[in-house]
Amino acid sequence: MSSYYGRPVLKEPVWQREIPWYFFTGGLGGASSVLSLVARVSGNELLAQRSIQIASAADAVSPLLLLSDLGRPERFLNMLRVFKVTSPMSVGSWILAYTSAASSVSAFLNTIGRFKRTADLARLASAGSGAPLAVYTATLISDTAIPVWHEARHELPFLFGSSAIASAGAASTIVVPPSDAGPARRMAIGGAIVENVVMKAMEKRLGMLGEPYRQGEAGNYAKLAKACSLGGAALIGLGGRRSRIAAAAGGTLLLAGEAALRWSVFKAGFQSARDPKYTVTPQRERAGYGPPSRTRPDSAEASM
Amino acid sequence: MLDSYGTEAKERVGFFTDTSVCIGCKACEVACKEWNLVPEDGLVWTGESYDNTSELGANTWRHVAFIEQGEPEVDALRWLMSSDVCKHCTHAACLDVCPTGSLIRTEYGTVVVQEDICNGCGYCVPACPFGVIDKRHLPRQDPPALPLITKKEDGRVWKCTLCYDRLKGGHEPACAKACPTDSIQFGPLDDLRERAERRLEKLQAQNANGARLYGNDPDDGVGGFGAFFLLLDEPEVYGLPPDPVVTTRDLPGMWRTAAIATGALIAGVAAAFVGGSR
Repeated sequence: MSSYYGRPVLKEPVWQREIPWYFFTGGLGGASSVLSLVARVSGNELLAQRSIQIASAADAVSPLLLLSDLGRPERFLNMLRVFKVTSPMSVGSWILAYTSAASSVSAFLNTIGRFKRTADLARLASAGSGAPLAVYTATLISDTAIPVWHEARHELPFLFGSSAIASAGAASTIVVPPSDAGPARRMAIGGAIVENVVMKAMEKRLGMLGEPYRQGEAGNYAKLAKACSLGGAALIGLGGRRSRIAAAAGGTLLLAGEAALRWSVFKAGFQSARDPKYTVTPQRERAGYGPPSRTRPDSAEASM
Repeated sequence: MLDSYGTEAKERVGFFTDTSVCIGCKACEVACKEWNLVPEDGLVWTGESYDNTSELGANTWRHVAFIEQGEPEVDALRWLMSSDVCKHCTHAACLDVCPTGSLIRTEYGTVVVQEDICNGCGYCVPACPFGVIDKRHLPRQDPPALPLITKKEDGRVWKCTLCYDRLKGGHEPACAKACPTDSIQFGPLDDLRERAERRLEKLQAQNANGARLYGNDPDDGVGGFGAFFLLLDEPEVYGLPPDPVVTTRDLPGMWRTAAIATGALIAGVAAAFVGGSR
């Protein structure tokens, strides 16, 4: 396949290590808010309190990660200068600002044990925006020209969503005693299983564009993600009910797996941008071009 | 496209780059750098024909590609040259995804970064289907606003402005002005499209091998380029994508998928509570 001296057609993203970590903290925080609300409604107060604290911690870290990645961090407020539905980053900035405010208010009031109604309202607010917070990052990267992100737009929101469920479940499994952590354990295990199924289905459907997810750094992270997520889920499933130590170890392993999953998807995007064949080949097929024609130099005698 | 400008809207202008008459002099690259004060970003020898700039980027807004075709001592050499530039797409992904509103559509229908707004989020970089826009990593020139969180590098994104300042003054862009063979033609886009069709017909009548227009079709994936080309080979030979698509074309569907996934996430968490707290 021809390209210009083998150079990429696309630019690789300029995002740095903060961004995959934000995918992780955004998912953890968003799904933890939802967990907290459902726990409160079902009367599991301990789980409700611990999970909103996890959510507020994650939602406090997330904006710092994003700010640190900006080329002009002092202009971070320019994100809230406009609201554009054509820009998932604009929509997401508003979602994050709102969720972060709501979860921190709810966690603070919960911790000091006062203004219960306000705390619950804030919890409801943070859950309502926490769910899209956990998912929109998938839309954000799908809305680029990067082949393995854009073409994976049907699966990535479900991959990120299930990974967020697994992360929130794992984090609460660590900090809540097993007698109250049943729903968290089921989230951790269910999320891990769904995420691995979605990943498999995504790679299969992508065909040639599934390759970058299996190769190089992305492939290494993917293997790590699979081993840690399924290993952590198994540990939680087998011992998490009786042993606090097994629950904590399994939860930690699972969290590591979820972080690795985000890194894997992140790196796959860079790898697919770097190799022009992932840009050119699918486009040629889409446009219905045949194989590249050999242009004969000796018949190029056009007089001007 | 320019309705929001009302009476201030101007005729849409652009470039027609006819690569069949490009002589590879790089006057466009130099004129662009000089006029727009685009900084020097390293001098290297690539060994890739006469090309030492390699690609468009934050510090290269015109790039002349050199392609040597044919086996030495078997065929006659065919030497392709082409001056690449930002396409100023009718449907511009960089502009759509910009979360600050820094990237705008001007009254001339061109796409421009407002450098006093850009906060360097970098979203436009992977959004561009041509790999045109990029972040500038050179040291920043202006004094830091908030020293504690300010970075040392420029950190903003840069690309061709189609010489917005020159257009305002009634002049043609610097590259077109400097081009000695009129390979780079500037003018109202409709005129350029007609002119390009006539040029293609002429070349085809002369049996020119591989001549084709690239980016002139208003029905393509980006709604037609504001800066389009006459190429002598397939686009990817020049490092251009064969069928570029504005990523936001699929965004309504992506939002729908995100909404379904959001609902599934809530349902999934709720389902975990079936069976009680233990």
